Amino acid sequence: MLRPFTLHRPETAEEACALLAGLGEEAAAYAGGTELLLMMKLGLLRPRHLVDVKRIRGFGDIGLEPLSGRRLTIGAAVTHRAVEQSALVRARCPLVSSVARHVANVRVRNVGTVGGNLAFADPHSDLATLFLTLDASVELLSPRGRRELPLDDFVRGPWETSRASDELLGSVTLTPWASDTAAAYVKFGVHERPTLAVAAALRLDGTTGAGRNGRDRIVEARVAVGCVSLKPVRMAAAEARLTDLSIGDLDDAARAAADAGSRPPARGAPSPRLAFPTPWSPEAAG
Amino acid sequence: MTIRLVVNGRPRDLEVAPHALLLDVLRDTLDLKGAKRSCDTQVCGACTVLVDGLAVSACTYLAVEADGRSVLTVEGLADGESLHPLQRAFVEAGAVQCGFCTSGMLLTAKAMLAENRTPMRDDVLHYLRGSLCRCTGYRKIVDAVLAAAETAR
Repeated sequence: MLRPFTLHRPETAEEACALLAGLGEEAAAYAGGTELLLMMKLGLLRPRHLVDVKRIRGFGDIGLEPLSGRRLTIGAAVTHRAVEQSALVRARCPLVSSVARHVANVRVRNVGTVGGNLAFADPHSDLATLFLTLDASVELLSPRGRRELPLDDFVRGPWETSRASDELLGSVTLTPWASDTAAAYVKFGVHERPTLAVAAALRLDGTTGAGRNGRDRIVEARVAVGCVSLKPVRMAAAEARLTDLSIGDLDDAARAAADAGSRPPARGAPSPRLAFPTPWSPEAAG
Repeated sequence: MTIRLVVNGRPRDLEVAPHALLLDVLRDTLDLKGAKRSCDTQVCGACTVLVDGLAVSACTYLAVEADGRSVLTVEGLADGESLHPLQRAFVEAGAVQCGFCTSGMLLTAKAMLAENRTPMRDDVLHYLRGSLCRCTGYRKIVDAVLAAAETAR
């Protein structure tokens, strides 16, 4: 059962921002409701007003950013299903398609949105973890104008973003990897509860190696880890460690990192819930 | 708020509160008890209905979202006394045990077959992920969906 609220259905971002600005903390932006309605059922959130953003022009669109013609912009009200089925996403960011295909279950994917997922800032978010390796930035709209900020700055911590109460998440823009990038997203979990998620994208070069097309030297590495820290994080030390390795050396490097990580934590070390589990700690990887 | 929708082929004009959930409107206002409230968190699939052909969790879906749309519940699957091919396949495969998950399974399978008429076993498993059967009768449910797909060919 939900507590009563007033539903607003603005058709422009300006109108939506004015509502959010006027209603302040009483209002919540609402799209698919797959997170928000659950929190409201539990009484954890009690907004008196919901501002439905699904009718705002452009919020349901996926397209190439006009300026670069290369970066991919996904509107905040685009559903996971639409991402999964978008030919443009498949062409530019194929791993995003396949991760979208595995978000929760088909009912959640049919209704839940990319913007809702990011704005909810769950530390387990698959999208937020993967998007970090795509140098994602989000667009925030408000009566004061428009600002763009890196996803890493937008997500501040568990269920916390740097969105001001009168700001509206309009879209997220991804920077597709260069060609010759090998990438994977792997998540571990218990039933529907993920426990560790890793996104890795390795750009390869060279002409004489054993890899595909002879490319086997890692010239650029992007690694992001989700679920295990206060928010998904890029692993700069692991990325540095991977750069200039050849693919053939990866097994040894991983084993060394795992050995380093399997040492018992020092007495008084922070709780594992909030620290990086050891195999993925920057120290172990670096 | 007044909403105008089609439920199981029949047009309806309903007066609903913004916070009314589709599941409660179906069960209490329209007396359609096929969709079940179970986990109430979109995890189990017992409340699955189709809105414009898409599977949704009616427990976490505002009734006002169905305005102008077409809703299908398990009550609308059969054609009079004649079972839907999926229902027949479920009976023939012995895919119904306690029956609590059955309406959700049937509707989810219907949505899948509308998208993919020639599913492989893995396709069915992927689509039914998040539709829980606590009798753990999954094998026969998947068999039934594959048999229904085969029959439709």
